[in-house]
Amino acid sequence: MKRLAFAVLLSMGASPLIGQDDLAQRAEAAFVSSFAGGDPAMLARTGVQDEVQRLCSEHRNSPPVALAQAIERTQRALIRYPASLIGDWREGKRIAEDFTGLRYDDKAGAPNGGNCYACHQLAPQELAFGTVGPSLLAYGKSRGWGVAAQQRVYDRIYNSQAFVACSAMPRFGHNGVLTPEQIAHLVALLLDPTSEVNR
Amino acid sequence: MRWLLLLCVVPALAAADEGLESTVRQYREALRDASPGELWVVTGEELFRTPRGPKNASLEACDFGLGPGVVKGAYAQLPRYFADTDRVEDLESRLMSCMRQLQGFGEEAFPRHARGDRRMLDFERLAAYVAAQSNGMPLAAPLAHPKEVDAQRIGERLFYRRAGTHDFSCATCHTLQGKRIRLQRLAQLTDPKEAQGVFPSWPAYRVAAGEVHTLQDWIAICYWAARHPQLRYGSEASVALQVFMARYANGGVISAPGVKR
Repeated sequence: MKRLAFAVLLSMGASPLIGQDDLAQRAEAAFVSSFAGGDPAMLARTGVQDEVQRLCSEHRNSPPVALAQAIERTQRALIRYPASLIGDWREGKRIAEDFTGLRYDDKAGAPNGGNCYACHQLAPQELAFGTVGPSLLAYGKSRGWGVAAQQRVYDRIYNSQAFVACSAMPRFGHNGVLTPEQIAHLVALLLDPTSEVNR
Repeated sequence: MRWLLLLCVVPALAAADEGLESTVRQYREALRDASPGELWVVTGEELFRTPRGPKNASLEACDFGLGPGVVKGAYAQLPRYFADTDRVEDLESRLMSCMRQLQGFGEEAFPRHARGDRRMLDFERLAAYVAAQSNGMPLAAPLAHPKEVDAQRIGERLFYRRAGTHDFSCATCHTLQGKRIRLQRLAQLTDPKEAQGVFPSWPAYRVAAGEVHTLQDWIAICYWAARHPQLRYGSEASVALQVFMARYANGGVISAPGVKR
């Protein structure tokens, strides 16, 4: 990809003014100046990338194997758990459908939604689902609902990059979008045999 | 039994899915012959020709890159480098430059952010008018001046830059092939065929909003959904991202204002 970009530059016959080494800095400066004056808390958070965000951006979400493994290992070590891994699927349903939270015009202090349907199919009657992530229709039916399955689902929602470095899925627990208790409700939505997802 | 059920359910879902997609498509087709966006073109031209501002001048002498007063075909060669401001400008930042230079407007005339600012109404109209004067022409943003090359490289880095509570970048959604967010089809902006189809139909009438939105507005809305702060109107990122997108969209035929969901 980098080579392709370089070839494009050469074919246009113009040499850039910014050296390769300064490019990252110039882009960061452009980002900060372009969002200056926006919501201060969001500006503080987006203006500085964490190390995982920085590495994934740098590698266009395809990190080399050793780096991918290091990201997955360190991210897994940071997972925190609630008292119970599985909650109430009806609560989970509400969280999955709720697309609000953490945009600059959302009410601060209210619980955030997970907006799961943006990317995943879940309950069979909801047809307005996205396809960025895999379908989770009848998820628990094929995987069972034991403690091992609960832990797998919990970890995956808490921090998807503990499994797939630079995954497109937000690190909902790690980044504080959802609380451990909210994630446990989503575990129930996916695994509880009485959940609408598994009907 | 479970397998049998699955066999029945999957085609039914696929059919429902296709039904929803085609409804949106039909709606777009029906609107194409009489785009509500035409209203913005007409009122935009009137605004363009009206003397305004402290200097009581119209925008008719504005140089969009093809010389003062040349509007026809100008949008097809934007964004580009402008010597008088010594920077790369897209249509909207060029409109701002001409409003400063020709009409004497100060910063208070310009929206601070593209979203939710009444001052955007003028820009939506002016942008719709100027863009429509390139309809039928292929996009040919020059991408040749060293500053244009730099803007494209900065735009590329910003496109892949993940940040915020949701770890999102533009690339999270817009490098995927044939995917949807809910029912909204995502454009793969790094695929020339898709970029050429999507990019040159901005500014566009958005059915959900009931009004014409500009490219900068569209980018700002993306950042809002991606849990980023308010994008400043006319900012470097707004322009650099367009230069990066133009690299893939060049060759696509301008048809503005388009109709989008």
